[in-house]
Amino acid sequence: MENAATQQKMNYDHPDAINEIRDIVLETGRSKEALIAVLKKVADRFGYISNIAVQEVSRQTSISAAEIFSVATFYRMLPTTQRGRHVIEFCESLPCHVVGGRELYRALVEQLGIQPGETSADGRFTLLTTSCLGVCEVGPVLSVDNNIHGNLSAETLPEILAKYE
Amino acid sequence: MKKYRSMVLISSGESSQQKGSDAVIDAFHQAIEKYDLGGEVYVTTIPDASSAKTQPLVIVYPEAVAYGPVLEENVDFLVSEHLYKGRIAESLKVSDPFEMKRISWLLHRTGTMPAENRIVLEYVGVIDPNSIDDFLTHDGGQAFATAMEMEPQKIIEIIKKSGLRGRGGAGFPTGIKWQAVRDAPGDKKYIICNADESEPGTFKDRVILEGNPFSMIEAMLIAGYACGADEGYIYIRGEYHDAIEKITNAIRASKDFGVLGKNILNTGFNFDIHVHSGAGAYICGEETALLESIEGKRGEPRPKPPYPTTHGLWGKPTLINNVETLGNIPPIIQNGADWFRAQGTPSSPGTKVYTILGNVNKTGLMEVPMGITLREVIGIYGKGMKSGSFKFAQTGGSSGSIIPAILQDTPMDFDSYRNVGVSLGSGALLICDDSNCIVDCVRVLMRFFQVESCGKCVPCRIGTEQALEIMTAISEGRGTMEHLAQLEWLRHGMEEFSNCGLGQTAGTPIKNMLDHFRAEVEAHIKLGVCPAGVCSMGK
Repeated sequence: MENAATQQKMNYDHPDAINEIRDIVLETGRSKEALIAVLKKVADRFGYISNIAVQEVSRQTSISAAEIFSVATFYRMLPTTQRGRHVIEFCESLPCHVVGGRELYRALVEQLGIQPGETSADGRFTLLTTSCLGVCEVGPVLSVDNNIHGNLSAETLPEILAKYE
Repeated sequence: MKKYRSMVLISSGESSQQKGSDAVIDAFHQAIEKYDLGGEVYVTTIPDASSAKTQPLVIVYPEAVAYGPVLEENVDFLVSEHLYKGRIAESLKVSDPFEMKRISWLLHRTGTMPAENRIVLEYVGVIDPNSIDDFLTHDGGQAFATAMEMEPQKIIEIIKKSGLRGRGGAGFPTGIKWQAVRDAPGDKKYIICNADESEPGTFKDRVILEGNPFSMIEAMLIAGYACGADEGYIYIRGEYHDAIEKITNAIRASKDFGVLGKNILNTGFNFDIHVHSGAGAYICGEETALLESIEGKRGEPRPKPPYPTTHGLWGKPTLINNVETLGNIPPIIQNGADWFRAQGTPSSPGTKVYTILGNVNKTGLMEVPMGITLREVIGIYGKGMKSGSFKFAQTGGSSGSIIPAILQDTPMDFDSYRNVGVSLGSGALLICDDSNCIVDCVRVLMRFFQVESCGKCVPCRIGTEQALEIMTAISEGRGTMEHLAQLEWLRHGMEEFSNCGLGQTAGTPIKNMLDHFRAEVEAHIKLGVCPAGVCSMGK
């Protein structure tokens, strides 16, 4: 299943960016209850939640920018900094760790040439570590743009990474 | 509802296979068909348990009789005598006392059979999760119809009598929680299904939601009617895209069918369900953090008391139950409290859904009666260790424990585990062999808690960080004996002074490590070696 995250992201410099954010708020709701859903959609559309987005959501919902920012920084799925074209999330929890996750992690860092939290120089990959993704029966697991890849090893890793340009 | 009368274990390890165990298994299936015992006898394989002399070995529960060697030509006689006529086939029994000693772990069990017994998972994988018609033709909705003919208080009495305990990890009696919400003053009440399953190694709730989403709606309807609530939320972790889609579709189909919304089936009962998907925060599985998150705030737990049963979502009385707990509700209403109590152990009735993972031959999901042992889980459902020998099991995330091999014959239920100082947790059974290092594993667990601590209260925020630093130091060969005293102190402080369950249980792995694996930890510090050869020791 290829989901929204793999689609072309919109840039915040785009002339329609503000309208796009307005539309998201309009269809999702202005209440505080809807805030997390709004921010998730913004992150899906633009790749991350910028200051511009926080300001605009604040204007539309009358929730203070400070509060929106505090909510966004709490949740892993609401990034507030720009990331690469593809986001790799490596599961570092124990169930994956004991069935080859240890070795896979070393291979991943070596093959990408970046540390967790960094983006490759060409902007292709951002590497993040994450807690359990809930598909432990096929560990070790990593996800690229929310697509899960399981039963991985250092040998099968290049094949998976090659799918994401 | 199917309940097995007998269970047959056939050894089929390498050595048994050479002696024809495959043919014996086939012969069993044929004989069971011949005597028409299909729905009553459960046949499965185990690794080689006895010596070659008595292989292939066959064990029949609940009488716990061991037969061996059982050859292909003996099978018909055995099935007809023991399983059909109910007489023990003395001529085939293992008679050598030394042999019996080797397999005593399989035989000396009290309580229920270790057979799979699907209550919550009964229709998972059987029905089409996208079709309300398929759900209804498989007895779906019957429990709700039965419940609507009862007084709400009567429903709560049944749940109380059933002895059902919460399956999210803590094991709180479900009926008492329902009663508290019903008794709480106020017109507006909420029912919340906690599907923010984030304990590492646990994915039972995902499978239940994806396989039978309508049963969750039915259970929430019953809970709403019993507690006097008219609105419900299902809080699903954001990573479960498929489950979110399935449950959203199921809610839409139920509305179209008229079992959700206003004046349901002309009874005057109103109930509506919303889906709220999480945004990636382990702490939101904690019930008050979950409430904060639904309200659109940072998922930081509230101080308790007051409990959500009186001051929950937007300050209203709120019932919060785990997916698996709710999954037990329709079968209990349909079959009665006594039926439920007949399974599992007296203090923890019913079944438990476990995920079995790690260094075993077969990983996956199983639903078995409460009270079976780890050794049985590994032998019968994990089909033996993949490599090495069993060293310890981790029962999942923050609410579980590290169970050393010496405790593998303890019955898995809430109270038996509590008595030996460990806890069952959410149902993940991560089986680790002797190639794993306890220091390395506890370091990984501390890293998890350090990342997932919400940072609201000091003991947890600082404690998890320091515990991780110390564990890292030990694994890199920089550990000192003072570190162990500090770990003990940190664990105690986190347990006593943290605001919520995360901080209170974050030190559990440390306690288990120091209680059961102290020698291995001290080898890292005093000798500068990692006995399992895993830790870098600074090299």
